[in-house]
Amino acid sequence: MHIVVCIKQVPDSAQIRIHPVTNTIMRQGVPAIINPFDLFSLEEALRLKDKVGARVTVLTMGPPMAETSLRKALSLGADDAVLLTDRKFAGSDTLATSYALTSAIQKLAEEEPVDIVFCGKQTVDGDTAQVGPGIATRLGFEQLTYITKIEDLDIASKEIVVQRRSEGGVQVLKTTLPCMITMLEGTNTIRFGKMDDLFRAARYELKTWSRDFTGAEEGRVGLKGSPTVVSKVFVPKPRAEKAKMIEAASDTPDAMAAAAIDAIFAAQPKLSDDLLARAAAGL
Amino acid sequence: MSEPSKPQGRKFQLPEHLKVYKNVWVIVEQERGIVHSVSLELLGEARKLADKLGVEVGAVVLGAESPDLNRICGDAISYGADIVYKVTDPALADYRTDPYCRVMTDVVNAHKPEIVLLGATTLGRDLAGAIATTLATGLTADCTELDIYADNRSLAATRPTFGGTLLCTIQTLAYRPQMATVRPRVMAMPERDDARTGRVVEIRPDLREEDIVTKVLNFIADREQNEAQLAFADIIVSAGKGLGKVENMKLVFDLARVLGGEVGVTRPLVQAGWATNDRQVGQTGKTVRPKLYIAAGISGAIQHRVGMEKSDLILAINTDPNATIFDFAHLGLVGDALTILPALTDAFGRRLSVNRMAG
Repeated sequence: MHIVVCIKQVPDSAQIRIHPVTNTIMRQGVPAIINPFDLFSLEEALRLKDKVGARVTVLTMGPPMAETSLRKALSLGADDAVLLTDRKFAGSDTLATSYALTSAIQKLAEEEPVDIVFCGKQTVDGDTAQVGPGIATRLGFEQLTYITKIEDLDIASKEIVVQRRSEGGVQVLKTTLPCMITMLEGTNTIRFGKMDDLFRAARYELKTWSRDFTGAEEGRVGLKGSPTVVSKVFVPKPRAEKAKMIEAASDTPDAMAAAAIDAIFAAQPKLSDDLLARAAAGL
Repeated sequence: MSEPSKPQGRKFQLPEHLKVYKNVWVIVEQERGIVHSVSLELLGEARKLADKLGVEVGAVVLGAESPDLNRICGDAISYGADIVYKVTDPALADYRTDPYCRVMTDVVNAHKPEIVLLGATTLGRDLAGAIATTLATGLTADCTELDIYADNRSLAATRPTFGGTLLCTIQTLAYRPQMATVRPRVMAMPERDDARTGRVVEIRPDLREEDIVTKVLNFIADREQNEAQLAFADIIVSAGKGLGKVENMKLVFDLARVLGGEVGVTRPLVQAGWATNDRQVGQTGKTVRPKLYIAAGISGAIQHRVGMEKSDLILAINTDPNATIFDFAHLGLVGDALTILPALTDAFGRRLSVNRMAG
């Protein structure tokens, strides 16, 4: 069984700050990490590897420095890694990105057919959740997103049963491989790398593929292949009014609580009726 | 994501063959006969966009033929649709990517809407990505604002990026339809008007179940699994790192119970294991619009703010008078949540005559 896991190297968005004068993103010193959502998918792939003996290839489309993320994934237990890198990919939106990644997956499949493609639910920089579905659609793989659990995988029949987060509940789905899966966050915990894998990752001879090598057409990647354009980037306008600070008769908790309740009902008189109605209804 | 290209599009001319695309559509999400409220919110938004463009609002309702589905078509008109495309087939009874995507792309190709909107729910985002790739068009995810640029009649979709630190406006200039997903509770619910009229177009795609590989074995409702229902809560008491220890979460739950509300948390608390992620409010959690949002020990970082800033009334409690949350909350209390929360529980309990031991 051959599993491909698509990962992306992203700036740690929790640490991104805006330059107070130029209003641009300050990237210097912000560490590059594996997109956190990808780790849940990678872990699930590695669990399948443990369980059924699958071979796991990690794939990323990115600049040369994305190599460090691939080596990290290898150190966690992935068997092979492919860096899809080319200047022509710069400026790709999700349609162009899923096209480029698909060309690499098809190249990988020439050597050994791919049974499952795992992708992260979404990235912390793009936040779109579109690349996984894009890859599934292009490959004609069954699309399974927001998966909370892989209940069963039968190698012989190639049937897989999963639980999928839906509004108001969980769908239990059964389908046949090949498929594309994105895992919901919090469904597992990424493992620590084993000593052997750490050494192997450091020594691994990375496969570096260009656009030309995978056969991706120039007009379908990069800015040229991207239907969406960013026309504006700006800092969110702060709300005009700051909070009205509540003054209490004294600074005891009870006095402050009383003053807060008075302020709440003064600002929203209907709320008092609402809360009384809810209390009466035993909510 | 890459840096923006120069502001373009103002002088842009749409290729001739795309000018036939007209109308603003909403794909109405329904499961088991219940419409997701985000679809109704989007009908209101679609109405505004269509009025600016001088075109009609279309609603697409997919499912198995049933009285519920007919009722939903009527509701779509009451909430703003001019045309309802009612697409029925037994194979559409439960959501599955393949049949829904195939049917939607056929309907879009047949009727050529210029804009297609979906809720940014798990169904909407799953389906939108598949449709946009099949149609090879542009899709903007998780938008917080939609507008029309009058000079070229294009959709301007604004969304947070880099975790909410920045906003960006995205356009799909040379491709149709322009697609966007919008999170629940971001757009206002429109007024229902049962006097509104519209027309229903019946479409029967005649799918074959044997052609569809994925099967739905079961649906396990959340009620059975005890998930929080934050998105529609009217009262939310929310906790942040200022609470100190997981044991103090009890204070938050106590106040929520007295108020008949839900408990929310910030992302660090989910990461620390103090609460499950169904309670997370923020950029990577839920967006909420309660009547009252009490933020206890929350600093007000942008990633949390974008999930709750549209609450009708925000009361923030924080020991730090310079906490960012006071920049956008409506009411502020500088103090220790650990003493104020129980005092509020007592005081509300007395005012509302609630026996707070009963629960």
